[in-house]
Formats: sequence, structure tokens, C-alpha cells
Amino acid sequence: MNVKNFRIDTLYGILIVILLLPFMNSNINFRHVMVIFLIFAGLGEAWNIITGFAGQTSFGHAAFFGIGAYTSTILFYKFGISPWIGMLAGAVLATVISVIVSYPCFRLKGHYFAIATLAVAEIIKQLFISWDYVEGATGISIPIVEESVTSMQFHSSKIPYFLIAYVLFLITTMTARYIENNKMGFYLKAIRESHEAAEALGIDTTRYKLYAMMVSAALTATFGTLYAQYILYIDPFMVFTLEVSMKIVLLSVLGGLGNIYGPIIGAAILIPLSEYTRVYLGGTGKGIDLMIFGALIIFVACFEPNGILGLLKKKRSRRRGDVYARADA
Amino acid sequence: MFMQEPMLEVQNVTMKFGSLIANEDVSFSVHKGEIVSLIGPNGAGKTTLFNCITGFYRPYAGRIYFQGRDITGRPPHEITAMGLTRTFQIVKPLKEMTVKENVLTGAFLRASSRKEAEKIAEEVLEMTSLSGKKDMPAGSLTIADKKRLEIARALATGPKMVMLDEAMAGLNQTEIKEAMELCLNLKNRGITLLIVEHIMEAIMPISDRVVVLNAGKKIADASPEEVTSNEEVIKAYLGERYHAKSKKSEHGV
Repeated sequence: MNVKNFRIDTLYGILIVILLLPFMNSNINFRHVMVIFLIFAGLGEAWNIITGFAGQTSFGHAAFFGIGAYTSTILFYKFGISPWIGMLAGAVLATVISVIVSYPCFRLKGHYFAIATLAVAEIIKQLFISWDYVEGATGISIPIVEESVTSMQFHSSKIPYFLIAYVLFLITTMTARYIENNKMGFYLKAIRESHEAAEALGIDTTRYKLYAMMVSAALTATFGTLYAQYILYIDPFMVFTLEVSMKIVLLSVLGGLGNIYGPIIGAAILIPLSEYTRVYLGGTGKGIDLMIFGALIIFVACFEPNGILGLLKKKRSRRRGDVYARADA
Repeated sequence: MFMQEPMLEVQNVTMKFGSLIANEDVSFSVHKGEIVSLIGPNGAGKTTLFNCITGFYRPYAGRIYFQGRDITGRPPHEITAMGLTRTFQIVKPLKEMTVKENVLTGAFLRASSRKEAEKIAEEVLEMTSLSGKKDMPAGSLTIADKKRLEIARALATGPKMVMLDEAMAGLNQTEIKEAMELCLNLKNRGITLLIVEHIMEAIMPISDRVVVLNAGKKIADASPEEVTSNEEVIKAYLGERYHAKSKKSEHGV
């Protein structure tokens, strides 16, 4: 009971600190980093549902991110429809596509599934590059309109973007948390641990994997819409790229897979690293963040495959062990 | 004459892997409340038959009925949902989850809320004497407890019939005694059991009926006493080993 309360308090504490940070520091770069941090922490949480909980490694989440970005952008650019409706439409479309793509892919186990997701995302990227209706490789500059909540465009301050990112992040984290603590979470983890045992327990493994993928895809797409509205320009190389998929994977793995704190910790390290190197080093610094991050991942993989969270847990139990050892002596 | 419909009915099941015939025209039935044992030497096709019944394999020929419904080739999760579940010879604990979480996962099948699932899980943990270890990671249990957890998890799904695949292999004498008691306890609760086992001393006393497989074929289907004196069974499998052992114990060795 105590342990549980402690955990809930920790999460709420983290959420409150994140919410207050940009109001305590008005530096524009800092606020920008906070927005990107929330977007990627949220993407990590969404990805964690299918990969961390259900154990189905997806290297193709950029596909859903891009679909979210493109759906709202096209609807606004061509038809003047509010990005909020675009966001919902993007989530629905990503869900539908996730079902079409995953259903056949779920027949593949382990590495083959991961490779299939990678391939599908690349195919979708190529489609968008050569698709004239969506301006192909040129990309789309979202027409600048007067700032308002309806248009999801804000030019004078980054705070509204931050708040929208915060709400999306909150919804995603709470969804992940709800899943984790209820039937679906137990079922997904059972599938991760053993397909056969899960089936013998009456779990329709295909159906639950599909559910996890649908939820994950829908949430991922909403961040795509926000990202497009924030940058106000998209092209296939930006949103459908492997780099987006990999960032999501890397930060979640670094933080700790299958745990809702993992992506938050991972994003808190990777995003400031990549955004600040970009701000201070400009074009020359491109890729430095990923080099540092790569080194971190190798380090984590060698010494603590459960990520930073695993490291913290181990340290805590060791300290407790010390106390007992001393008591024995 | 009207007879009570069997709980499980296996009709002429044949299973092939390429040219290898693992089960050949096997038929038997299990009635409600019975403990039936399925025995046979290594490679007799017991686990294959288990996999056919529980939907992990689709039999090459033949049909399987559970409570009168044809379940041949149905996916395992549907069969479990109908009330027929199994344990695995090679235990499959959900390692990263605690003992209680393992059982809870099974309990969700019949529970409509987390609270209800918790209640079922507590009961099952109590029944299988795992309550004291409920917060341990399942991966860190001893083999005896892992086997017990297999049974606990299966029970949590609220089955009418459980199939145990060598649930006693690798256990010591005391643990085997406990497992036997658990089987009888389940029988008293109205759960039908089909047991694959090698340890004759353990299953002969608790079984109502014994089905013997040899080289994929059924060679006997009778009471434990009859089976142990059946010429063909002795020749095929039980033979000297069981007899030698029981003679030894008569002499108090």
C-alpha cells in the first residue's frame, strides 16, 4: 500500500514539475526544448504500449507520426479544416492503417516483426515522396494564419504549444498507466513473456496485440499533428524518417522499457542534448547528439539492459542490502 | 440407454509431422469429475496429443469434443475460455511478473473488474499454498514452485477441466505428496483432470482411469489395477521398472 502511494506521488510530482518548468524560465530556447521534450516523451509512452508492454518491437512508428502530421496539414492546407479535427482524423487514419499493416505482420515473430515495421514505414515514406497531391518531396508549408486556439497556431509565445503538448503527453501517460494497471496491461505483458502461456490463459493474443497497436498508433499520430503545427512545415524526410522511429526507440530503451517512467527519463536526457547541440553548434553539430546518445545506449546495453530505471532499482536494492549486511555484522 | 455425455471426447485423432506419425487413431473420453492419467514411454505421443486437444496443434485427422462441442482446430484461447485449460511440461512462468501477477493474469478471464480478479487470485494462491511467495518474481521460484504456479495460473481461469503435463516431474517426495493432495483437492471441487505423468507411484493411487499410449497408439484404457497387470502395457512400458519398484517397497527397501 505504501509502495503504491509512493509510486503515484512520484508520477504526480514529476508531472507537476514538468508543468511548472517553462513558467520559471522564460528563455525561448528552454521553452522550445520543453515542447520537443514533451512530444518525444509522449511518443515514447505511446511506443512503450506496443513494444514495452506487449513486447512487439516496432521500428516504424514514424509512419503513424507522419500520418498524423500529414492528415491535419492536408485538411488545413487544402480545405481549411481546423487542425484539431485534423488531429482526430489523423488518429483515426493511423489506427486504421495500423490494423491493416500489423495484422499480417503479427504472424511474424521477434526480429522479423521489427524488420517488417521498418520496411512498412519506409514504403509509406517513399509513397509520400512521390505523391504529387501532398506536394511530394517538396513538402508543405502550412499557411500562416492569425494565432488562435482553433487554428492551433501561436506566434507570440511558445506557452500555448507547451500546454497542448502537455495535455497530449498527459493523456498518453495516463492511458499507458491505466492499461498497465488493468486487464489489458496484464494480458500484454503475458504475451510479451510467453505467447503460448498467454493463449493457455485464454488470451486472444492477436486481438490484444492489435488493440495495443491501435492505441499506440492513434496516440502517436496526435503528436504528429502538434509537431506539424509547431514547426509549420513538413516534408516526408522530416516526419517519416527512420530517425524519428529510432529516437523514440532509443530514448525509451535508455530510460527503461515497459515502464511509464522510462520514456520520460530517456526524453529528458536525449531531447535537451539534441536540441541544445543544434542551437549552439548549428549545422556543424548535426548528429553529435545521436553520437553521444549512441554511446550512452551501448553503455546501458552492456551494463544495465533494463535502462536507467533498472540501474536505479539495482542501486536501491544494493543500498538496502548494505544496511542488512551492516546489521548482520 | 441414455449415458451422460463425456466432458472430453477424443475421437480417432491422428497427428503427423511429415512422415512421422505421433498419434495414430487415438480415441478415449474423460467424464465429469474423473481423474484420468495418460501414460506411456518417452516419445509415445502424450504431449502431442495434449497439444492437439488444447488447440496448439491442428490434428491431421479425427475430432475432439469438449462438453459436446467440437473444438477440433479451435485456437487455444477459445478452448480455455470454454473451460478447458492446461499446464506446460516445460514451465512457462511470466518471469518478469510476480507470482500474484501471474495468477491475476489468469483470473482476468472470468473477472469483470480488477477487484474481482484480485479476489480470485487470492483464493487460488491460498489453495495452491503460494500465498507466502506472492510478491516474488516468478522467474526466481524453485522448479517445484514454478510447477505449482503453472497449476495456480490454470486454476485462476476458472476451468471445468485441467490438463496437467508432467506437473510432478523433477519434484522431491514431499513435493509429489503435496501435488497429489492438490489433485485430489481439485477433484473434490468438481474439477475434472487429465494428467500426463511419468511417476507411477504418484498417479496410480489418485487416478480413476489410466490411458496408455505406446508409439502413438492407444494400447490400454482401464483402471490403474487393470493397467498394471495388463500384459501389453507391461511389455510396452511399465514392465520391470514399476514392478521391481513396488516389490522393493514391499520388502521395505
